[in-house]
Amino acid sequence: MNLTLKIWRQAGPRHRGELKTYKVKDISPDMSFLEMLDVLNEQLNARGEEPIAFDSDCREGICGMCGLMISGEAHGPEKTTTCQLHMRSFTDGEVITIEPWRANAFPVIKDLVVDRGAFDRIIQAGGYVSVNTGAAPDAHATPVPKPNADRAFVAAECIGCGACVAACPNASAMLFMGAKVTHLSELPQGQPERAARVVSMVEQHDEEGFGGCTNVGACSQACPKGIPQDVISTLNKDLRAALRG
Amino acid sequence: MTSSRSATTARRSTIGLKILMAGTGIVFVAYVLLHMYGNLKALAGEEAFNTYAEHLRTIGEPMLPYGGLLWVIRVVLLLSLVGHAYAAFSLWSRAGNARRTKYAAVKTAMRTAWMRWGGVFLLLFVVWHLLQFTILKFSVNPDRQGVNVQQNPYELVVASFQVPWNTLIYVLAMLALALHLSHGTFSAQQTLGWTMTSHAYRRAKMVGHAVAAVIVVGFLIPPLSILFGLIK
Repeated sequence: MNLTLKIWRQAGPRHRGELKTYKVKDISPDMSFLEMLDVLNEQLNARGEEPIAFDSDCREGICGMCGLMISGEAHGPEKTTTCQLHMRSFTDGEVITIEPWRANAFPVIKDLVVDRGAFDRIIQAGGYVSVNTGAAPDAHATPVPKPNADRAFVAAECIGCGACVAACPNASAMLFMGAKVTHLSELPQGQPERAARVVSMVEQHDEEGFGGCTNVGACSQACPKGIPQDVISTLNKDLRAALRG
Repeated sequence: MTSSRSATTARRSTIGLKILMAGTGIVFVAYVLLHMYGNLKALAGEEAFNTYAEHLRTIGEPMLPYGGLLWVIRVVLLLSLVGHAYAAFSLWSRAGNARRTKYAAVKTAMRTAWMRWGGVFLLLFVVWHLLQFTILKFSVNPDRQGVNVQQNPYELVVASFQVPWNTLIYVLAMLALALHLSHGTFSAQQTLGWTMTSHAYRRAKMVGHAVAAVIVVGFLIPPLSILFGLIK
């Protein structure tokens, strides 16, 4: 496959960036998207040019480190992470635009790498259970009804990649926060801090400069883990319950 | 668990604003449905329509003064409008600031833009509508003018919708309202946390479409009947 790539290049956080055009040849359709970028970077290295900076870690779709806006779609045309996206999803001769996640709360560090520390700070604000866990308890020491356990698991699938923010027309992080809140709200261990947690997390979310939710669902469509919209409903309900005191 | 400080913070948060938007929006949905019912009285003729209009003023007498309930409703609607618009413009500006560098290539979610610009259009329409039928009560029909038209609600409605350009404004406004409500009614339910299962989520979407369909059809029957001469 021969492709034309328009890639966002930005030397550093305070530098002005621009889209630069690159051509890659003889790309195998079985390569992952990141492997295709690796090939390009080897070419750039060989020419003595600065390689393109992008994030990746596990490359098996479970860590949430990678994430690129590919021709206007977070993680590209398939419902998966960028590392699990393969070049067979594109056509020979295609022009692909590659940009970093765009949100003020996710400032660009370099090229396609953004700082997602805002997510960490939202978690630090309350996305945990403050009890001493000690040794692993007996499996059924704390009974959890199956439907609650299932829903907690669905929510816990969130890998914090930030595709929801990237795809949201308001750059809102409600799907991420909804997943984290629902995950804990469905379980007995999450109950004691339920109200305080949601208030602190939402406060941190707003302070980071994310937008509000307009319930259009672009986030769930972009989510590689298919986190559903109803977690945002749980988030909203928990905040409303906290408001009542 | 929550101190009063954190409750204040929560109320001013993006979700707090959304809850305000949802609550006030539901007031409007309820009002619009009642309004539609009153409009449909036009199909039953002049007497039924004008009697209904007069009843709105005498309802609750003698506990309430003449027109008392109407003023209560007006105050509630005005406060709801202030709350709804305040929340909308605050969140709109927040969203604009949340992504100052735009994407070069992006598949936009058009519904968000429709809600915002459609909402502004509806606000302008409400001003026009109130001037026309409540505050100034003027007839845009050159053939039907005078105090008899202005003082008779049925006459004023018929005279107004015999004018094609005026009816067109209302048709456009009702289509904008349908778009606004099909998403807004669903969105309010999601914001109030009534959609915690995928089943409830789908149901909320259906309620949104149903409300929009009922309202656009119900509101357009009287004006179009007048325009095409079925009501004279």
